[in-house]
Amino acid sequence: MTTYAPPPVPAPGPSRRRRRSDRPVWEEPPSPLGLFGKGVVLALLVAAVLVPLWTVLVTSLASRATIDEAGGMVLVPREIDPSAYLTIFSGGDVTQAVWISTVVTVLGTGVSLLLTVLAAYGLSRPGSVAHRGLLFYFLLTFLIFPGLVPSYLVVTGLGLKDSIWSLILPSAISVFNLVVIRAFFMNVPGELIDSARIDGAGELRILTRIVLPLSRAVVAVVGLFYAVGYWNAYFNAVLYIDSNDKFPIQRVLQSYILAGQSPNVSGTPVNLPGVTAYPPTLAVKMAVVVVTVVPAVIVYPFVQRHFTKGVITGAVKG
Amino acid sequence: MSAPPGTAGAVDAPAGDRPAPRPRTTARPVPRRRRTLRARLRRDWPLLAMAAPAATLLLVFHYVPTLGNVIAFQDYNPFVGDDPLDAFLGSEWIGVGNFEALFRDPLFWDAVRNTLSITAFQLVFFFPLPIMLALLLNSVVSGRVRGFVQSVVYLPHFFSWVLVVTFFVQTLGGAGLLAQELRQAGLQPWGVMTNPDTFIVLVTAEAVWKDLGWGAIVFLAALSAIDPNLYEAAAADGAGRWRRLWHVTLPGLRPVIVLLLIMRLGDALSVGFEQFILQRDAVGRDAAEVLDTFVYYQAIATQQWGLGAAAGLFKAVVGLILILTANHVAHRLGEQGVYSRA
Repeated sequence: MTTYAPPPVPAPGPSRRRRRSDRPVWEEPPSPLGLFGKGVVLALLVAAVLVPLWTVLVTSLASRATIDEAGGMVLVPREIDPSAYLTIFSGGDVTQAVWISTVVTVLGTGVSLLLTVLAAYGLSRPGSVAHRGLLFYFLLTFLIFPGLVPSYLVVTGLGLKDSIWSLILPSAISVFNLVVIRAFFMNVPGELIDSARIDGAGELRILTRIVLPLSRAVVAVVGLFYAVGYWNAYFNAVLYIDSNDKFPIQRVLQSYILAGQSPNVSGTPVNLPGVTAYPPTLAVKMAVVVVTVVPAVIVYPFVQRHFTKGVITGAVKG
Repeated sequence: MSAPPGTAGAVDAPAGDRPAPRPRTTARPVPRRRRTLRARLRRDWPLLAMAAPAATLLLVFHYVPTLGNVIAFQDYNPFVGDDPLDAFLGSEWIGVGNFEALFRDPLFWDAVRNTLSITAFQLVFFFPLPIMLALLLNSVVSGRVRGFVQSVVYLPHFFSWVLVVTFFVQTLGGAGLLAQELRQAGLQPWGVMTNPDTFIVLVTAEAVWKDLGWGAIVFLAALSAIDPNLYEAAAADGAGRWRRLWHVTLPGLRPVIVLLLIMRLGDALSVGFEQFILQRDAVGRDAAEVLDTFVYYQAIATQQWGLGAAAGLFKAVVGLILILTANHVAHRLGEQGVYSRA
C-alpha cells in the first residue's frame, strides 16, 4: 500500500477512471456526453420534485409585498413571515382538521398495527389448524373487491356515517402489510420458539417476547405505511363525513385549493378567522399545504432506511 | 415443512378428555402430525383467536359488501326499511334490469372508453419509465448521487392525491408558477389543468410525478439480483454496453416486468379514483369520467343504488377475468405470473 505513489491528480477534463471508482474494470469508461446526459436527466427529475415543494414552502412564509411583487407564487425567499401559520393554528377549521387527522392517524395506526400483527402471527405457522383455509381467506381479498356501493351501504348500515371510525375500520386491515409481516415472522428461527414453549410460554408471550423484538424494523415500517395511509386518506371523508368539524386535513385542503380553482365543487369554502386582515390568502393556503406535507416528510427518512432493504422484495417473494 | 414440533400440544393437552385413541408411544420423544382435530385445536386455538379480529374486519368490510353486490339485481330502495339490511330484504328483485339500463347508458360507455384510453396511454407512456429510471440509477456509479436522487424521487409517493394535484395546480395551473412566469415574459399561459383535450397527458404526468421513483424500486431490486459475472462474461466476449443491456439486463428483469404488466392489465378498469374525483370538476365529465367516478356519481350522488352496484359488479367481474386471463397467458409463456399453480 504505502509503496504506491499517490495517484496523479486528474487533470480537468475526461479522466479515464474517476477517483477510486466502483466501476468494474471490464466496463467501458463513460463517455463525457453520456455522463452529461445522465446528469441533466437526473437533475431535471430532482428539480421536478423539489421545485413545487420549494415554491409552496417559500410562498407560505412570504409577506404580502413579496407575493404581490412576484405576482403569486414566490420562488426566491425574501423574508420569513410566520403569520400564515399563526393564523391557521389559532383555532378554526384547519386547526380542527389537523386535530381530527392526528386522532384518526394515531388511533387508526394503533388498531391496524395491533390487528395486523396478531393476524400475521396467527397465520405464521404452517400446519396449524385451518392454516391453509385461513390464509386463502385473507389472500382472496386481493382478487375480489366489494365495490363502492355495497361498502357504502354496509358502513352506513352499521351506523358509522359521520363518525371518525368510518375513516378507520373499513381500511384497517391491509392484507399486503399482513403478508409482509407474516413473511418476517416465519423467518424467526423455530428453535427459539420451541425453547420458549418448553419453558411454558404461551403464544401471546412468544409473540411479544421473542417474535416481535426480532421483527421490530418491519413492524415499524408497516406502522409508518399505515400512518401515511390514514393521514393521506381523502375520499372516505367525502363519502362518510358530513360535519365540517370532523373533516380531516386532506378534505379541508381540497376545499381550499382545488375548490378555489374550480367553483363547481360542492364543498363550501372554509371560513378562516382573521384571513381578511393579515396574511395574504395565498400564503395561508400554502401554509395549509405545508402542514399537510410535513408528516409525510418527517416519516419518510425512517421508512426509506428500511424499504429498500427487503421489505418490498420480501413481500414480492411472499 | 417446518411444522412446529408438537411440544405445546403434548404439554397443554391433558390426556383425559379425549375419546379418540392416541396413537402415541411414549418411547419416542415427540410424535408429530396424526393428531386428532381436537388435539390440534387445543394446541392452535390461540393462533386462531389472534387471526380472528382481522378476519372479522375483513368479513364485515370486505366480504359482506362483496356479497352485497347482489343488489345489482334489485331495484334497491333504501326507504323501504330502517337500515340497509332491511331495505335489501324489502327491495324488489328485477333480474338484469339494472344491467340493461347500464349498458344502454351512453355515459357508462363514455366512462369505459375514458378508462381504457387512460390505461392504454399509461401503459405506453408510464409503464416503461420506472424501468428506464432504474437502469439509469443503476448505471450511476457514485453511491452518494444515487442515494440522493433516490431519496428525492421516492418522496412524492408518500403524498396524498390532494397534495399531488395541489402541487400541479400551484406549479402549472392558471394561477401557478409557470403561468406567472409566462405572463411576465409576455406570453399567454395555456390552461393545463383545465383543458379536457390534454387531460390524459395531465393525469399521466401526475401519476409519473407521484410514482415514478417508487415504481423503480422493484426494478432496482431485480437489477441488483442479476449476477455480475454475467456482465463480466458478456464483456469478455466482446458485448458492448447495449448488447449487455439487451442480453443480460432485460432478461434478468423480464419476470418482474411480466408480473407488473399482468397486475396492470388485471387492473385495466381502475385508473385511480381520488385523482379523477379531484379534477373532474375542473376539466368536465367528458374527459375525466372514469368507471369509478361513474359509479360514485351515478350511485351515491344520485341515489341510483342498483345501477351503481351493477356498474361496480361489472368492473369487478371484468377485472377478475382480466387478471386470471393475463396470468394464464403468462404461465403459457413460461413466466411465473402473479401466483403459481399450486
